[in-house]
Amino acid sequence: MTAPLSLAAARPDTHPDPRKVVVSIDGLNKFYGDFHVLRDVDLKVREGERIVLCGPSGSGKSTLIRCINRLEIAEKGTLLVNDTDLALTTRQAAEVRSEIGMVFQHFNLFPHMSVLDNCTLAPMSVRGLSRKEAEERARFYLNKVGIESQAGKYPSQLSGGQQQRVAIARALCMKPKIMLFDEPTSALDPEMVAEVLDVLVKLADTGMTMLCVTHEMGFARQVAERVLFLDGGQIIEDAPPEAFFNNPQSDRAKGFLAQILH
Amino acid sequence: MNLDALLAFFVDPDLLERYGPRFIDGLLVTGKLVAISFTLGALLGLLLALARLSNNVLLQRLSAGYIYFFRGSPLLAQLFLLYYGLGSLKSFWQDVGMWWFFREAWYCTLLAFTLNTAAYQAEIFRGSLMAVAPGQYEAARALSLKRSTTFFKVILPQSLIVAIGPLGNELILMIKASAIASLVTIYDLMGVTKLAFSRSFDFQIYLWAAVLYLLIVEIVRRSLKHIEARLGRHLR
Ligand SMILES: Nc1ncnc2c1ncn2[C@@H]1O[C@H](COP(=O)(O)OP(=O)(O)OP(=O)(O)O)[C@@H](O)[C@H]1O
Ligand SMILES: [Mg+2]
Repeated sequence: MTAPLSLAAARPDTHPDPRKVVVSIDGLNKFYGDFHVLRDVDLKVREGERIVLCGPSGSGKSTLIRCINRLEIAEKGTLLVNDTDLALTTRQAAEVRSEIGMVFQHFNLFPHMSVLDNCTLAPMSVRGLSRKEAEERARFYLNKVGIESQAGKYPSQLSGGQQQRVAIARALCMKPKIMLFDEPTSALDPEMVAEVLDVLVKLADTGMTMLCVTHEMGFARQVAERVLFLDGGQIIEDAPPEAFFNNPQSDRAKGFLAQILH
Repeated sequence: MNLDALLAFFVDPDLLERYGPRFIDGLLVTGKLVAISFTLGALLGLLLALARLSNNVLLQRLSAGYIYFFRGSPLLAQLFLLYYGLGSLKSFWQDVGMWWFFREAWYCTLLAFTLNTAAYQAEIFRGSLMAVAPGQYEAARALSLKRSTTFFKVILPQSLIVAIGPLGNELILMIKASAIASLVTIYDLMGVTKLAFSRSFDFQIYLWAAVLYLLIVEIVRRSLKHIEARLGRHLR
């Protein structure tokens, strides 16, 4: 990154980025009852961009990325994905929403289905693929995440790292344009974190647009173009990883980094 | 008393020859009665559970009221209410063309049993649906699955695995409770037992009935255990 560090916090509209904006968030506010979780969040994500979100527990990271695929619905503000308001009930909105993949902290695989069936269910019932096509696609992505040999097993027969890789393959089987990750490695035993991060790095190399909530700072340095730091429901910092880690602007980010980097 | 005499005390060959075939018939009637009402009750119960879990307050209330009534009053009272109560409105049922139904003890019994077990099964389904992890709904939504696909492919199979144990208990209770059908002239297992006893005055008839009920319950219990083990294989 050639941007001078001092500009890091007030990026980047002065530097026109030719890539298309795929997620455009403006003045987003979200409440849980009286609790104001997201406060005037503005965010633009460009095609192929890889963004890491971090911040203390309860800062609204999950809520923010869950708003993007409408698992949560914000009360105020606009949120466009591919210029489409997903609140609409149009076909196009449904189509765009189905092109947002999500991976959860606790995998959320369907426990009563085999790995293969987990991966073929949505392509068959949402995309209308035949079983044969869906299985081909599933095997392709299971192979990508290094787990094709386990296709016939049930989730409970796999380790946590393997389950999370299946969850990633399951999401990829829908051929998403954007992938959201909510702490994909924080429920894993330490020895399994690397295998999942490897898959994420490979996915980033394919040019996938990714938003990832994680506290794996090595991963953030390696793949992220931008790191967003959230606190109290606001994006406090938005900077390239080097700038964020070496020269955080706010005291809260400094405190947070000091804590997680010891 | 030698062994033969002892055996004849419990299973008298003459008596067996005279009433054995009737017992088989009674067994079949009991089986049919329970199988039909339990199955229809499962469908109704599932709908009631969904109504109770829906966001529609009217549906919630109606379902809760139904369950409250049918679980809160005796099955025998419900059966009499249907058969003697509704059955006495002959001209009304004739007008609406339903007299063929309410005239027959068999249909009334089936209806009473179905309505009753539906209330219990609704509570079982409700609990088992609530036991499915919220993350399953979220994963389904994140994959853009339709609501029907989510319910039938993701939620229902998982909740059935939870429900199967309690449903088995309900089935066993139904088998035993079905004996009251004999009070409205149905010749189920209990009905033939009463008939045979009134003619022979031999108490061993009741012993046979008890053993036969025990036998069905045991068969059901074992089959359920087997099914449960197979279904839940991957969930532990
Ligand atoms: N369904 C809900 N109802 C009420 N409050 C909620 C709900 N979900 C989240 N919250 C609250 O909103 C705040 C933000 O939650 P969120 O899950 O977005 O935080 P987070 O930054 O992802 O934290 P963590 O690192 O713990 O996952 C938290 O204080 C949380 O308690
Ligand atoms: Mg979170």
